[in-house]
Amino acid sequence: MGNRIIHSISLGTVLFAVWLVLSGHYTFFITTLGILSCALVVSIMQRMDLIDHEGHPIHLTWRAFTYIPWLIIEIIKANIDVLKLILSPSLPATPTLLRVKASQTSDLGQVIYANSITLTPGTISVDVANGEILVHALTRSGAEDLMDGEMDRRVTRMVGEDK
Amino acid sequence: MSGTIIDILSWALIILGAFSLITGAVGVLRFPDVYTRMHAASITDTLGAGTIILGLILQAGLTLVAAKLLLILVFIFFTSPASSFALAHAALSSGVEPILDADLREDDKESSS
Amino acid sequence: MFAAATAALLITMIMALIRAIKGPSIYDRIVAVNMFGTKIVLMIAVLGFLMGRPEFTDIALVYALINFVGTIAVLKVFKYGDLARAHDDEEPL
Repeated sequence: MGNRIIHSISLGTVLFAVWLVLSGHYTFFITTLGILSCALVVSIMQRMDLIDHEGHPIHLTWRAFTYIPWLIIEIIKANIDVLKLILSPSLPATPTLLRVKASQTSDLGQVIYANSITLTPGTISVDVANGEILVHALTRSGAEDLMDGEMDRRVTRMVGEDK
Repeated sequence: MSGTIIDILSWALIILGAFSLITGAVGVLRFPDVYTRMHAASITDTLGAGTIILGLILQAGLTLVAAKLLLILVFIFFTSPASSFALAHAALSSGVEPILDADLREDDKESSS
Repeated sequence: MFAAATAALLITMIMALIRAIKGPSIYDRIVAVNMFGTKIVLMIAVLGFLMGRPEFTDIALVYALINFVGTIAVLKVFKYGDLARAHDDEEPL
Protein backbone atom coordinates (compact mmCIF):
# COMPACT_ATOMS: atom_id res chain seq x y z
CA MET A 1 0.00 0.00 0.00
CA GLY A 2 2.87 2.35 0.85
CA ASN A 3 4.35 1.41 -2.49
CA ARG A 4 1.23 2.68 -4.16
CA ILE A 5 1.56 6.10 -2.58
CA ILE A 6 5.19 6.35 -3.72
CA HIS A 7 4.15 5.40 -7.26
CA SER A 8 1.37 8.00 -7.21
CA ILE A 9 3.76 10.70 -6.06
CA SER A 10 6.32 9.83 -8.72
CA LEU A 11 3.61 9.72 -11.41
CA GLY A 12 2.41 13.15 -10.32
CA THR A 13 5.96 14.49 -10.40
CA VAL A 14 6.58 13.16 -13.91
CA LEU A 15 3.26 14.56 -15.16
CA PHE A 16 4.00 17.96 -13.66
CA ALA A 17 7.51 17.98 -15.15
CA VAL A 18 6.01 17.29 -18.60
CA TRP A 19 3.45 20.03 -17.97
CA LEU A 20 6.24 22.48 -17.06
CA VAL A 21 8.11 21.66 -20.27
CA LEU A 22 5.06 21.93 -22.51
CA SER A 23 3.41 24.96 -20.90
CA GLY A 24 5.86 27.87 -20.98
CA HIS A 25 3.47 30.11 -19.02
CA TYR A 26 4.31 30.29 -15.34
CA THR A 27 1.86 32.74 -13.78
CA PHE A 28 0.34 31.76 -10.42
CA PHE A 29 -3.13 31.04 -11.82
CA ILE A 30 -2.01 28.84 -14.71
CA THR A 31 0.49 26.91 -12.59
CA THR A 32 -2.27 26.19 -10.08
CA LEU A 33 -4.45 24.86 -12.89
CA GLY A 34 -1.52 22.68 -14.01
CA ILE A 35 -1.06 21.20 -10.54
CA LEU A 36 -4.81 20.57 -10.25
CA SER A 37 -4.98 18.80 -13.61
CA CYS A 38 -2.00 16.59 -12.72
CA ALA A 39 -3.69 15.69 -9.41
CA LEU A 40 -6.92 14.91 -11.29
CA VAL A 41 -5.10 12.54 -13.68
CA VAL A 42 -3.39 10.78 -10.76
CA SER A 43 -6.71 10.31 -8.94
CA ILE A 44 -8.41 8.97 -12.08
CA MET A 45 -5.53 6.52 -12.54
CA GLN A 46 -5.91 5.47 -8.88
CA ARG A 47 -9.58 4.70 -9.49
CA MET A 48 -8.78 2.77 -12.68
CA ASP A 49 -6.18 0.79 -10.70
CA LEU A 50 -3.48 1.56 -13.27
CA ILE A 51 -0.75 2.53 -10.82
CA ASP A 52 1.54 -0.42 -10.26
CA HIS A 53 5.20 -1.15 -10.53
CA GLU A 54 4.98 -2.53 -14.08
CA GLY A 55 3.43 0.61 -15.53
CA HIS A 56 5.58 2.98 -13.58
CA PRO A 57 8.90 1.30 -12.87
CA ILE A 58 10.64 3.74 -10.53
CA HIS A 59 12.68 0.90 -9.03
CA LEU A 60 14.62 0.77 -12.33
CA THR A 61 15.51 4.45 -12.50
CA TRP A 62 19.10 4.27 -11.24
CA ARG A 63 20.06 1.06 -13.02
CA ALA A 64 18.59 2.41 -16.27
CA PHE A 65 21.23 5.15 -16.20
CA THR A 66 23.93 2.52 -16.72
CA TYR A 67 21.93 0.51 -19.28
CA ILE A 68 20.81 3.34 -21.60
CA PRO A 69 24.32 4.68 -22.45
CA TRP A 70 25.44 1.13 -23.27
CA LEU A 71 22.34 0.69 -25.46
CA ILE A 72 23.03 3.97 -27.30
CA ILE A 73 26.61 2.88 -28.05
CA GLU A 74 25.29 -0.48 -29.33
CA ILE A 75 22.75 1.35 -31.52
CA ILE A 76 25.46 3.53 -33.05
CA LYS A 77 27.69 0.50 -33.76
CA ALA A 78 24.80 -1.40 -35.36
CA ASN A 79 23.85 1.68 -37.39
CA ILE A 80 27.35 1.89 -38.86
CA ASP A 81 27.20 -1.81 -39.83
CA VAL A 82 23.85 -1.43 -41.58
CA LEU A 83 24.93 1.81 -43.31
CA LYS A 84 27.99 0.02 -44.72
CA LEU A 85 25.79 -2.84 -45.89
CA ILE A 86 23.35 -0.55 -47.71
CA LEU A 87 26.13 1.40 -49.41
CA SER A 88 28.06 -1.66 -50.61
CA PRO A 89 27.17 -2.29 -54.28
CA SER A 90 26.53 -6.04 -54.00
CA LEU A 91 24.13 -5.69 -51.00
CA PRO A 92 25.53 -8.66 -49.04
CA ALA A 93 22.52 -9.18 -46.77
CA THR A 94 22.09 -12.61 -45.20
CA PRO A 95 18.65 -12.39 -43.55
CA THR A 96 18.15 -14.82 -40.69
CA LEU A 97 15.21 -15.75 -38.51
CA LEU A 98 16.15 -17.06 -35.10
CA ARG A 99 14.78 -17.54 -31.62
CA VAL A 100 16.67 -16.08 -28.69
CA LYS A 101 15.96 -16.93 -25.10
CA ALA A 102 14.69 -14.11 -22.90
CA SER A 103 15.84 -14.99 -19.40
CA GLN A 104 13.76 -12.24 -17.74
CA THR A 105 10.81 -13.58 -15.79
CA SER A 106 8.65 -10.45 -15.69
CA ASP A 107 6.68 -9.05 -18.63
CA LEU A 108 8.39 -5.70 -18.12
CA GLY A 109 11.85 -7.24 -18.52
CA GLN A 110 10.84 -9.07 -21.69
CA VAL A 111 9.29 -5.92 -23.15
CA ILE A 112 12.48 -3.95 -22.45
CA TYR A 113 14.57 -6.70 -24.03
CA ALA A 114 12.36 -6.99 -27.14
CA ASN A 115 12.27 -3.21 -27.57
CA SER A 116 16.06 -3.00 -27.21
CA ILE A 117 16.42 -5.64 -29.93
CA THR A 118 14.10 -3.72 -32.26
CA LEU A 119 15.71 -0.37 -31.51
CA THR A 120 19.09 -1.76 -32.61
CA PRO A 121 19.07 -1.58 -36.42
CA GLY A 122 19.80 -4.92 -38.05
CA THR A 123 17.61 -6.89 -35.66
CA ILE A 124 13.81 -6.77 -35.30
CA SER A 125 11.83 -8.78 -32.78
CA VAL A 126 8.82 -10.36 -34.48
CA ASP A 127 7.15 -12.35 -31.74
CA VAL A 128 7.45 -12.79 -27.98
CA ALA A 129 6.12 -16.04 -26.55
CA ASN A 130 7.02 -18.63 -23.87
CA GLY A 131 10.18 -16.87 -22.75
CA GLU A 132 11.57 -16.75 -26.28
CA ILE A 133 11.80 -13.91 -28.78
CA LEU A 134 11.58 -14.55 -32.53
CA VAL A 135 14.09 -12.21 -34.15
CA HIS A 136 14.62 -11.25 -37.78
CA ALA A 137 18.27 -10.29 -38.28
CA LEU A 138 19.62 -8.56 -41.36
CA THR A 139 22.96 -10.36 -41.33
CA ARG A 140 24.17 -13.67 -39.99
CA SER A 141 26.86 -11.98 -37.91
CA GLY A 142 24.25 -9.72 -36.28
CA ALA A 143 22.25 -12.83 -35.37
CA GLU A 144 25.35 -14.43 -33.86
CA ASP A 145 26.09 -11.31 -31.80
CA LEU A 146 22.58 -11.50 -30.42
CA MET A 147 22.95 -15.20 -29.59
CA ASP A 148 25.97 -14.37 -27.40
CA GLY A 149 23.41 -13.01 -24.96
CA GLU A 150 25.26 -9.87 -23.86
CA MET A 151 22.14 -7.71 -24.19
CA ASP A 152 20.01 -10.37 -22.48
CA ARG A 153 22.36 -10.43 -19.48
CA ARG A 154 22.42 -6.64 -19.23
CA VAL A 155 18.61 -6.33 -19.38
CA THR A 156 18.26 -9.06 -16.75
CA ARG A 157 20.74 -7.25 -14.52
CA MET A 158 18.90 -3.96 -15.04
CA VAL A 159 15.48 -5.31 -14.02
CA GLY A 160 17.19 -6.92 -11.04
CA GLU A 161 16.34 -10.55 -11.77
CA ASP A 162 19.83 -12.04 -11.87
CA LYS A 163 20.85 -14.40 -9.12
CA MET B 1 34.55 31.24 -29.45
CA SER B 2 32.57 28.53 -27.71
CA GLY B 3 29.64 29.60 -29.85
CA THR B 4 31.53 28.65 -33.01
CA ILE B 5 32.50 25.27 -31.58
CA ILE B 6 28.87 24.50 -30.74
CA ASP B 7 27.84 25.67 -34.22
CA ILE B 8 30.39 23.41 -35.90
CA LEU B 9 29.38 20.46 -33.70
CA SER B 10 25.68 20.92 -34.40
CA TRP B 11 26.26 21.29 -38.12
CA ALA B 12 28.37 18.13 -38.13
CA LEU B 13 25.52 16.31 -36.37
CA ILE B 14 22.94 17.65 -38.84
CA ILE B 15 25.10 16.66 -41.85
CA LEU B 16 25.57 13.18 -40.36
CA GLY B 17 21.83 12.97 -39.83
CA ALA B 18 21.09 14.06 -43.41
CA PHE B 19 23.56 11.47 -44.71
CA SER B 20 22.04 8.64 -42.68
CA LEU B 21 18.51 9.70 -43.66
CA ILE B 22 19.32 9.49 -47.36
CA THR B 23 21.23 6.22 -46.93
CA GLY B 24 18.30 4.71 -45.04
CA ALA B 25 15.93 5.80 -47.80
CA VAL B 26 18.23 4.23 -50.41
CA GLY B 27 18.09 1.06 -48.33
CA VAL B 28 14.29 1.15 -48.28
CA LEU B 29 14.37 1.29 -52.07
CA ARG B 30 17.10 -1.34 -52.57
CA PHE B 31 16.25 -4.14 -50.15
CA PRO B 32 14.25 -7.07 -51.50
CA ASP B 33 11.49 -7.72 -48.93
CA VAL B 34 9.42 -6.14 -46.13
CA TYR B 35 11.59 -7.25 -43.21
CA THR B 36 14.89 -6.07 -44.66
CA ARG B 37 13.26 -2.77 -45.63
CA MET B 38 12.20 -2.36 -42.02
CA HIS B 39 15.86 -2.51 -40.96
CA ALA B 40 16.67 0.33 -43.34
CA ALA B 41 13.70 2.36 -42.08
CA SER B 42 14.85 1.86 -38.50
CA ILE B 43 18.19 3.55 -39.34
CA THR B 44 16.37 6.73 -40.27
CA ASP B 45 14.34 6.46 -37.06
CA THR B 46 17.32 6.02 -34.71
CA LEU B 47 20.50 7.55 -36.13
CA GLY B 48 18.82 10.00 -38.52
CA ALA B 49 16.25 11.38 -36.09
CA GLY B 50 18.69 11.25 -33.15
CA THR B 51 21.49 13.21 -34.77
CA ILE B 52 19.25 15.83 -36.41
CA ILE B 53 17.38 16.50 -33.17
CA LEU B 54 20.64 16.64 -31.18
CA GLY B 55 21.97 19.15 -33.71
CA LEU B 56 18.84 21.26 -33.32
CA ILE B 57 19.15 21.06 -29.50
CA LEU B 58 22.70 22.42 -29.74
CA GLN B 59 21.37 25.28 -31.89
CA ALA B 60 18.54 26.02 -29.46
CA GLY B 61 20.79 26.21 -26.39
CA LEU B 62 19.39 25.97 -22.87
CA THR B 63 15.79 26.90 -23.64
CA LEU B 64 12.34 25.38 -23.40
CA VAL B 65 12.55 24.52 -27.11
CA ALA B 66 15.53 22.26 -26.39
CA ALA B 67 13.54 20.44 -23.70
CA LYS B 68 10.66 19.94 -26.15
CA LEU B 69 13.03 18.61 -28.81
CA LEU B 70 14.43 16.18 -26.24
CA LEU B 71 10.87 15.08 -25.48
CA ILE B 72 10.28 14.43 -29.22
CA LEU B 73 13.44 12.30 -29.29
CA VAL B 74 12.27 10.30 -26.27
CA PHE B 75 8.84 9.75 -27.87
CA ILE B 76 10.41 8.58 -31.14
CA PHE B 77 12.72 6.20 -29.26
CA PHE B 78 9.79 4.69 -27.36
CA THR B 79 7.27 4.48 -30.18
CA SER B 80 9.43 3.46 -33.14
CA PRO B 81 10.28 -0.05 -31.82
CA ALA B 82 6.65 -0.56 -30.84
CA SER B 83 5.36 0.21 -34.32
CA SER B 84 8.19 -1.81 -35.96
CA PHE B 85 7.28 -4.77 -33.78
CA ALA B 86 3.59 -4.44 -34.63
CA LEU B 87 4.39 -4.23 -38.35
CA ALA B 88 6.74 -7.22 -38.37
CA HIS B 89 4.33 -9.26 -36.26
CA ALA B 90 1.36 -8.43 -38.50
CA ALA B 91 3.34 -9.17 -41.66
CA LEU B 92 4.62 -12.56 -40.46
CA SER B 93 1.33 -13.69 -38.95
CA SER B 94 -0.54 -12.81 -42.16
CA GLY B 95 1.80 -15.09 -44.07
CA VAL B 96 4.31 -12.77 -45.74
CA GLU B 97 7.29 -15.10 -45.89
CA PRO B 98 10.68 -13.41 -45.49
CA ILE B 99 13.49 -14.08 -47.99
CA LEU B 100 15.93 -15.94 -45.80
CA ASP B 101 19.56 -16.93 -45.98
CA ALA B 102 19.25 -19.16 -42.93
CA ASP B 103 16.15 -20.12 -40.99
CA LEU B 104 17.13 -21.01 -37.44
CA ARG B 105 13.62 -21.14 -36.04
CA GLU B 106 13.23 -24.92 -36.06
CA ASP B 107 16.86 -25.70 -35.21
CA ASP B 108 16.60 -23.71 -32.05
CA LYS B 109 13.33 -25.28 -31.07
CA GLU B 110 14.73 -28.79 -31.33
CA SER B 111 17.92 -27.99 -29.45
CA SER B 112 16.03 -26.28 -26.63
CA SER B 113 13.42 -29.03 -26.20
CA MET C 1 22.56 24.60 -42.98
CA PHE C 2 18.92 24.12 -42.01
CA ALA C 3 18.11 24.43 -45.70
CA ALA C 4 20.48 21.52 -46.42
CA ALA C 5 18.78 19.42 -43.75
CA THR C 6 15.40 20.30 -45.23
CA ALA C 7 16.60 19.25 -48.68
CA ALA C 8 17.88 15.92 -47.32
CA LEU C 9 14.55 15.35 -45.58
CA LEU C 10 12.67 16.12 -48.80
CA ILE C 11 14.80 13.66 -50.78
CA THR C 12 14.21 11.01 -48.10
CA MET C 13 10.47 11.66 -48.18
CA ILE C 14 10.37 11.39 -51.97
CA MET C 15 12.17 8.02 -51.80
CA ALA C 16 9.75 6.83 -49.10
CA LEU C 17 6.86 7.91 -51.34
CA ILE C 18 8.31 5.95 -54.25
CA ARG C 19 8.37 2.86 -52.03
CA ALA C 20 4.82 3.57 -50.84
CA ILE C 21 3.59 3.79 -54.45
CA LYS C 22 5.55 0.77 -55.72
CA GLY C 23 4.46 -1.47 -52.86
CA PRO C 24 4.21 -4.37 -53.67
CA SER C 25 2.55 -5.64 -50.47
CA ILE C 26 0.44 -3.58 -48.09
CA TYR C 27 3.14 -3.90 -45.41
CA ASP C 28 5.76 -2.29 -47.65
CA ARG C 29 3.44 0.65 -47.98
CA ILE C 30 2.90 0.87 -44.23
CA VAL C 31 6.68 0.76 -43.60
CA ALA C 32 7.11 3.62 -46.07
CA VAL C 33 4.25 5.68 -44.62
CA ASN C 34 5.48 5.17 -41.05
CA MET C 35 8.95 6.33 -42.10
CA PHE C 36 7.38 9.27 -43.94
CA GLY C 37 5.58 10.28 -40.74
CA THR C 38 8.81 10.31 -38.70
CA LYS C 39 10.42 12.43 -41.41
CA ILE C 40 7.51 14.90 -41.21
CA VAL C 41 8.17 15.27 -37.47
CA LEU C 42 11.82 16.11 -38.18
CA MET C 43 10.78 18.36 -41.08
CA ILE C 44 8.45 20.45 -38.89
CA ALA C 45 11.18 20.83 -36.25
CA VAL C 46 13.83 21.83 -38.82
CA LEU C 47 11.43 24.19 -40.62
CA GLY C 48 10.75 25.91 -37.29
CA PHE C 49 14.44 26.74 -37.01
CA LEU C 50 14.74 27.62 -40.71
CA MET C 51 11.94 30.16 -40.43
CA GLY C 52 13.11 31.45 -37.04
CA ARG C 53 9.98 30.24 -35.26
CA PRO C 54 11.05 27.40 -32.92
CA GLU C 55 7.51 27.20 -31.51
CA PHE C 56 6.87 24.75 -34.35
CA THR C 57 8.33 22.04 -32.06
CA ASP C 58 4.97 21.85 -30.28
CA ILE C 59 3.34 20.74 -33.52
CA ALA C 60 6.17 18.27 -34.16
CA LEU C 61 5.64 16.80 -30.68
CA VAL C 62 1.94 16.24 -31.32
CA TYR C 63 2.68 14.79 -34.76
CA ALA C 64 5.17 12.30 -33.26
CA LEU C 65 2.37 10.92 -31.08
CA ILE C 66 -0.28 10.91 -33.82
CA ASN C 67 2.07 9.12 -36.22
CA PHE C 68 2.49 6.20 -33.81
CA VAL C 69 -1.22 5.87 -33.09
CA GLY C 70 -1.99 6.14 -36.81
CA THR C 71 0.39 3.32 -37.76
CA ILE C 72 -1.03 1.01 -35.10
CA ALA C 73 -4.61 1.86 -36.11
CA VAL C 74 -3.99 1.22 -39.83
CA LEU C 75 -2.30 -2.11 -39.02
CA LYS C 76 -5.17 -3.16 -36.80
CA VAL C 77 -7.77 -2.28 -39.43
CA PHE C 78 -5.91 -4.22 -42.13
CA LYS C 79 -5.40 -7.22 -39.91
CA TYR C 80 -8.83 -7.52 -38.31
CA GLY C 81 -11.08 -5.17 -40.29
CA ASP C 82 -12.23 -3.68 -37.00
CA LEU C 83 -10.79 -1.25 -34.45
CA ALA C 84 -12.96 -2.09 -31.47
CA ARG C 85 -12.11 -5.69 -30.63
CA ALA C 86 -9.44 -6.89 -28.23
CA HIS C 87 -7.27 -9.76 -29.49
CA ASP C 88 -5.69 -11.81 -26.75
CA ASP C 89 -6.18 -15.21 -28.37
CA GLU C 90 -3.22 -15.17 -30.78
CA GLU C 91 -1.15 -18.24 -31.45
CA PRO C 92 2.62 -17.81 -31.09
CA LEU C 93 4.30 -17.71 -34.50
